[in-house]
Amino acid sequence: MTSGVTDYYAVLGIPRGLNLSLDALQQRYYELSRQLHPDRFMQKPEAERQRALDMSSALNDAYRTLKDPVKRAQYLLGLEGFDIGEQRSKDVPPELLEEVFELNMALEEMRGGDDSARPQLEQAEKTFAKMLAESDQELAALFVKYDAAPSREILTQIRNVLNRRKYIQNLVSEVEKTLIPT
Amino acid sequence: MEIDFTSSGHIVGIDLGTTNSLVAFMDLTGPRIIPGADGDKLVPSVVSVTPNGGTVVGNPARELLITQPERSVYSVKRLMGRGIEDVAEELKLFPFRVAPGSESVMQLQLGNRTFTPPEISALVLRQLKQNAEDYFGVPVDKAVITVPAYFNDAQRQATKDAGRIAGLEVLRLVNEPTAAALAYGLDKRENGVVAVYDFGGGTFDISILKLHDGIFEVLATNGDTHLGGDDIDNLLLRIALEDVASEWGQDLSTDGEGVQRLRRAVIQAKERLSFVPSAMIELEYRGKKYEREITRELFDKLITPIVDRTLGPCRDCIKDAGVAVDQIDEVVMVGGSTRIPLVRSSVENLFRSKPHTELNPDEVVALGAAVQAAILSGTVDNKLLLDVTPLSLGIEIMGGVVSKLIHRNSTIPASATENFTTGVDGQTNVLIHVVQGERELVKDNRSLARFDLKGIDPVPAGLARIEVRFLIDANGILSVTARDQRTGKEHSVEVKPSYGLTDEQVEKMIQESVEQAEQDFSARQVREQRVEADAILLAVGKAHKHGAYSELADEERAAIDKSVNEVMLVYNSDDHHLIAAKIEQLNQATIKLAENMLKGTQT
Repeated sequence: MTSGVTDYYAVLGIPRGLNLSLDALQQRYYELSRQLHPDRFMQKPEAERQRALDMSSALNDAYRTLKDPVKRAQYLLGLEGFDIGEQRSKDVPPELLEEVFELNMALEEMRGGDDSARPQLEQAEKTFAKMLAESDQELAALFVKYDAAPSREILTQIRNVLNRRKYIQNLVSEVEKTLIPT
Repeated sequence: MEIDFTSSGHIVGIDLGTTNSLVAFMDLTGPRIIPGADGDKLVPSVVSVTPNGGTVVGNPARELLITQPERSVYSVKRLMGRGIEDVAEELKLFPFRVAPGSESVMQLQLGNRTFTPPEISALVLRQLKQNAEDYFGVPVDKAVITVPAYFNDAQRQATKDAGRIAGLEVLRLVNEPTAAALAYGLDKRENGVVAVYDFGGGTFDISILKLHDGIFEVLATNGDTHLGGDDIDNLLLRIALEDVASEWGQDLSTDGEGVQRLRRAVIQAKERLSFVPSAMIELEYRGKKYEREITRELFDKLITPIVDRTLGPCRDCIKDAGVAVDQIDEVVMVGGSTRIPLVRSSVENLFRSKPHTELNPDEVVALGAAVQAAILSGTVDNKLLLDVTPLSLGIEIMGGVVSKLIHRNSTIPASATENFTTGVDGQTNVLIHVVQGERELVKDNRSLARFDLKGIDPVPAGLARIEVRFLIDANGILSVTARDQRTGKEHSVEVKPSYGLTDEQVEKMIQESVEQAEQDFSARQVREQRVEADAILLAVGKAHKHGAYSELADEERAAIDKSVNEVMLVYNSDDHHLIAAKIEQLNQATIKLAENMLKGTQT
């Protein structure tokens, strides 16, 4: 979607990398916002106002993407030419096969009105939350590793973690939806 | 009139509220409200049409709402940017009359005239503009106007249209809770996390902001644009109407004046209940009397469902902001409905801290708008608002499903690009349907607009590549541009807004509004001349009995009598120049008389 037209790292004036200090990023963002926000250009000619609008929207898009570790990693993968399509996240990670099978059974029961599956689902929710936290740690470690010595191999590992994470996240929201029907 | 184009300092801040509106500006001492001619800071957002087709706004219109409800309208903010089907429920409770032919753009019938909601709002804005101009003594044509944070694109556009119709260049739409935070942060707090709970006459907003050395960054916002004090009024009104029906054996709900009198009685009781444990709803109408005591306890019980409806959005907002409740340093209360004790205690329970109520909840939004006006004019340069879009923006894809392009709570300006192609050989246009909302299916979201990408080269299916850029500006309003990736050519994007006015319609309304304003202005001048005439006729009448009068020569007395007659003859004319000329003639004829009278008092 972003098709590499705007380089978010360039917008924020920081080197390409994955392990970013959020405090420093925020400070940089605030500084640039003070300079680029359309509010600062209200008394200027139309062309300058339009430019401020373009630049501050790019700045906001960049900050929104880079401050979030998952979005940041996806973005960098895109920049490096990795395919980060949706379909990959639909494949069940092999190590989760058994758990997903059991979970689906429980979800079916619950949706069918059988409330006895509730404790099992609540337990699953906790298990998956823990898995999410683990993959976040895994990502953080890979980020450090990548910044020290960038390689496609690490990026591939990151992509695999992201896919697995996305898969788990979808499961969690399924469970949440079933436990608290809207 | 001398126009001072150099005084760009007079950018006013306007809170265009459901119940009341205010105009404010900022000087060296800080932001302050500009009162109306009657000294009142609040201008009721009520418009009434007089039998001769003129319009009345504010306090006088609120009086006319009682005596001629069929020619009056209030709470029109609830109709801004809405389709007729959205407000069907609403219209059952409000005495609004929708004019025929309202399918595409809603029209309200007031007497023999029809108005769209933006035109009604424009009349309120024009009054505020007038108040500011009277105050400064120079024209005011630029404004910052506040809107509920949860307003969608159509509601924002309608507000901007209202400004244009009123002759105001709307430099910025600012979200009400954000404006409040700006006013609050100005004198109370520089750093920290602040929640603004804004419960007004017709809308509810919750926003959570991070304050950091002059930066006001909105982390998340949520709300309900159809939830406010009006709902409490309507609830009490329904109960009172039922009472009256059983006590009097009479259905008052079809009696416009009766309903408005009862509504006023109910509002008075509601307002008293914020300060006393029990209040009476009292109505005396057409020789009958209705009285009912409402205790705070009963009132709380009745309104609990309404107050509870604000709590869900608060919880969602806290979650979206990514903060824990105990990380929120302050809760600022805004809007008249936050005077209700149950509202205060519910907010205290949810946020686990005592909310701030020391700022005037009616004024703080307008004051914040004035601060934002000063930021835009460059007089305040150490503050900056970073606001968000309240709703996700998406497009319709296969199967009536929404593909989200810009997620809610994204800082604005925000943009997204999406590539489109053709599905049929030789296809030269692509229709894009843009929606706003959080649901997965198009039908559950708000349709914003349909864009027709035209002039695509007729190439085989799938070969065309058109990059469409969606941009939400700092007002929270969407614009779309499209570019052919193969040819580099910019595409024309034809917008068909799903709700709201086209540019042509707005232009026509501006024209009509200027004409109407001229008529209104000339009517005012006629009234002023009549007042002048009254004064001079009274003075001359008194002078008849004065000794100095009998001392005048016969022809001098004859000239005075002739001029008096002529003033009386033109008194009822609509030409203020003519009345003024005759007054001047009488003035001239009485110069000697006046001089003699003056001499008489001196000797």
